[in-house]
Amino acid sequence: MCLGVPGKVVSIEASAVDMPMGVVSFAGITKEVCFAYTPDIQVGEYVLVHVGFAISKLDEDHALEVFRTLKEMGELGDLEIPQPSGARTP
Amino acid sequence: MKFVDEYRREEDAQAFVRAIRAKVTRSWTLMEICGGQTHTLLRSGIDRMLPPEITLVHGPGCPVCVTPLTQIDRALAIASRPNVIFTSFGDMLRVPGSTTDLLTVKARGGDVRMVYSPLDAVTLARQNPEKEVVFFAVGFETTAPANAMAVRHAKSLGLTNFSVLASHVLVPPAMEAILSSPSNRVQAFLLAGHVCAVMGWTEYEPLAKSHGIPMVVTGFEPLDLLQGIHMAVDALEAGRTGVENQYVRTVSREGNPAARAVVNEVFETCDRAWRGIGVIPKSGYRLRPEYAAYDATLKFEVGAITTEEPKECIAGEIMQGLKRPSACTAFGTRCTPEHPLGAPMVSSEGACAAYWLYARA
Repeated sequence: MCLGVPGKVVSIEASAVDMPMGVVSFAGITKEVCFAYTPDIQVGEYVLVHVGFAISKLDEDHALEVFRTLKEMGELGDLEIPQPSGARTP
Repeated sequence: MKFVDEYRREEDAQAFVRAIRAKVTRSWTLMEICGGQTHTLLRSGIDRMLPPEITLVHGPGCPVCVTPLTQIDRALAIASRPNVIFTSFGDMLRVPGSTTDLLTVKARGGDVRMVYSPLDAVTLARQNPEKEVVFFAVGFETTAPANAMAVRHAKSLGLTNFSVLASHVLVPPAMEAILSSPSNRVQAFLLAGHVCAVMGWTEYEPLAKSHGIPMVVTGFEPLDLLQGIHMAVDALEAGRTGVENQYVRTVSREGNPAARAVVNEVFETCDRAWRGIGVIPKSGYRLRPEYAAYDATLKFEVGAITTEEPKECIAGEIMQGLKRPSACTAFGTRCTPEHPLGAPMVSSEGACAAYWLYARA
């Protein structure tokens, strides 16, 4: 139930229901999402969506940290690690 | 899909497995809290890739599984009423109560509907002013902000035909209960990343300190879990305690204060019974008195509830990490996803469902 899906903010509108609503694209599938908990979010940024609410903004730079760790481990030890391609656009 | 696909690459996963093998010198037992993580671990085969020194035990992080039977039976009684539209996340529909489940109530004519978001239930209440719309508000800290906002939104709209059956549970008190048990064998925790997206991890710091163990905030993709395990093993081998964060792209130490503010406005902490485990002090949320008008428990008198659990079901021991699903005598025979004895066999986060789906018996 704690499933969270990352998606790209497509639009933000001041809605009639007194809450910031908008549309998030999940690799092309779009869904209406409430942005009450990510009030500073901008179109084009990525959010983690849980049951129709954006609960966290995703940090693109931090997202690459796991690949930096892998690279460092590869350099320190003798792991044969391919170069990560990093974040790809869907 | 960005932020997903790159965390599923096999060659990177293999690199982490090699790094874990290189690091480990003795046996360690780790618990992943969240049932979603359990499913990733088994689906991607991580449990079979790890060195034999590492034992993963599955935690109680399946809200559907720990919702007490009295609440399920209460939900079934309310959903059976003629003037009620009963709404729930899909996970809950097939969870067995004492005698039936929500899908069966629906088949018998009850108006039971699955919703994607609690706001959908509020919309249903607006569209059906002649009906009572009830939302089954279960979940951990991740889901509480959404459910709290639904209640607050219904109040701001002046709706009088919307209520929630709240059965929220909280992670840290459950961890405290596990760590304090004489039968505990957990030496490190992988913390539930999405719970921490809301709550941050400050409340785990005293827990890690008092029990002298490491905890790693961990995400849900295969690489997240492998890195989380690597960090936990690194901490265990080095004798390091405290909280570390693997899920840096999503979680910060302070979490989401805006979400917590609304949760604290609508909910207050209460003692809560966990199915199969028992009452854990201060381990749940209930509606604050100011929101009593939205409390389905107060709104619908359902009479005395006498619950009955199947004697053969060992869900409670599984949820506490004391037994694996494969140790259950009913697993795969008298208990299957089609005919479940306990909730962990039907929930998408249940450990029994994971063992069944990925053939780990």
